[in-house]
Amino acid sequence: MSNLSIRKIFTLLKVQYSNMLEYRIEIALWAVSGIIPFFMLNIWTNNNLNESINISNTMLSRYFLSAFFVRQFSVVWVVFTFEEDALLGKVSPYLIQPLNPFLRYFAQHIAEQITRFPFALIIAFFFLLFNPQSIWIPKLHILLLSGLSTFLSFLIQFLIQSIIACLCFWTEKASSIERLLFIPTLFLSGLLAPVNLFPEYVKSWIYITPFPYLIDFPANLLSGNPTNITFGFSMQIIWIVILYPLFRKIWLKGTKKYTAMGS
Amino acid sequence: MIINKYVKVYSKFLHTSLASELEYKANIIIDLITAILSLVGSIFLLSIFFQSTETIGGWEFEQALIIQGIYTILNGITNTWFNPNLTEIVKHIREGTLDFVLLKPIDSQFFISFKKINPSGLLEIIVGFSLLLYCIRINQININLSFLFQFLITITCSICILYSLWFFISTTTIWFVKTWNATEVLRSFLYLGRFPLNSFSFYLRIFFSIFIPIAFITSIPSEIFLGLAQKWKIILELIISGIFLYFSRRFWIFALKFYSSASS
Repeated sequence: MSNLSIRKIFTLLKVQYSNMLEYRIEIALWAVSGIIPFFMLNIWTNNNLNESINISNTMLSRYFLSAFFVRQFSVVWVVFTFEEDALLGKVSPYLIQPLNPFLRYFAQHIAEQITRFPFALIIAFFFLLFNPQSIWIPKLHILLLSGLSTFLSFLIQFLIQSIIACLCFWTEKASSIERLLFIPTLFLSGLLAPVNLFPEYVKSWIYITPFPYLIDFPANLLSGNPTNITFGFSMQIIWIVILYPLFRKIWLKGTKKYTAMGS
Repeated sequence: MIINKYVKVYSKFLHTSLASELEYKANIIIDLITAILSLVGSIFLLSIFFQSTETIGGWEFEQALIIQGIYTILNGITNTWFNPNLTEIVKHIREGTLDFVLLKPIDSQFFISFKKINPSGLLEIIVGFSLLLYCIRINQININLSFLFQFLITITCSICILYSLWFFISTTTIWFVKTWNATEVLRSFLYLGRFPLNSFSFYLRIFFSIFIPIAFITSIPSEIFLGLAQKWKIILELIISGIFLYFSRRFWIFALKFYSSASS
């Protein structure tokens, strides 16, 4: 990578970080809205649902805490921003700049995650206060690997949403397609229940879809539940390799089609 | 008559917003598929819970489906009326057009709560009712007048509580302008109304009864179906929904005192 593009990225990050700090209350609220996994955990343990499936309360609570963390750092909203920018005609000036607008959105997401980090830690602190038996310290290499897989999960979701966002060039409401796609993500990614507890008829095909690698794989890795590390990483990389050229293609086609809206 | 005036105005609202929404027909279909998929997903999640047990919080699988039906209806109502109007209120306040609303010779709360309608939510309500009918069949519930009466009362109360919660958040826009994230929090908590209240631990149940009254929103109407709801619960729900409505009204009037129009 050339010196120039590194400087571009750092400047973008710095600008977006100060931008995001202004919205810290919103980001804190958003972090709070992500605590659904804890309520799911409550259903599991309160009804002793896990007794028959060989997973202890402690491991399950570690799993859901990890799922909470992975979700916090892989939330993507690029389609909503892009749709608004496209409708208001803000995309036009971006297109003239020698910088892909999606790089700008990417920096926005990273900056938002940095702003979110302390809030996620506070929520996790309270969770551990109520569940002290589930405190664990992952090994350093596991911590790094799960950080990496969370980032890859974020990248997959960012690419998928960017592809949907590019549909804005053809239709005015790409966000409703995103809302549709969010439903399988919600139920199949492992946010609400670990994927290996799914019934067989789902497990037989789910591992070739991208969904389990979005939350389930990084969360298993972080929480120390059994998972196939090499296979998980390979699948994440395969999906990125498939999605990236697709995004390039639709972006090139879309910009040719682009007609500025607004003034 | 004053009621006649409001009915007439409302039919005009219906007409204009339906006309503008039906322009995006593809959108309506996508929204309907989304609603159906999210119902299927929730039933799938329930089936995972029931893999190793017969009951959750005292509810069998077929009975838990009733809660899903009620939730789907209420979610449809939220998507039809509360959510699109909330977006509209935010726009009014950001752009300062609330002035025009306040000047109109009509109640401002009525105007901003019912101006818009989103037809895709109506289809979701139909899906919810179909699921409820199916539940009535598989649970062999006999429908009689007192059941229908109780159901109507409790579901109306649930709608009132839900409306008050949404309107409360809308009102806070007068101070904060942005409410997108606050609605996200509300939405994610309301989502838990898809599960029987008794499946949560004791402290969470208290939390869900007092702070975010999910207990009253979906549980009591579902209990009516099984004949589990005692009289005092229904009366309590009536009182609570009255309190919610009253305070949402008071809060709106209070907030208007702080409204300073956006500069133009």
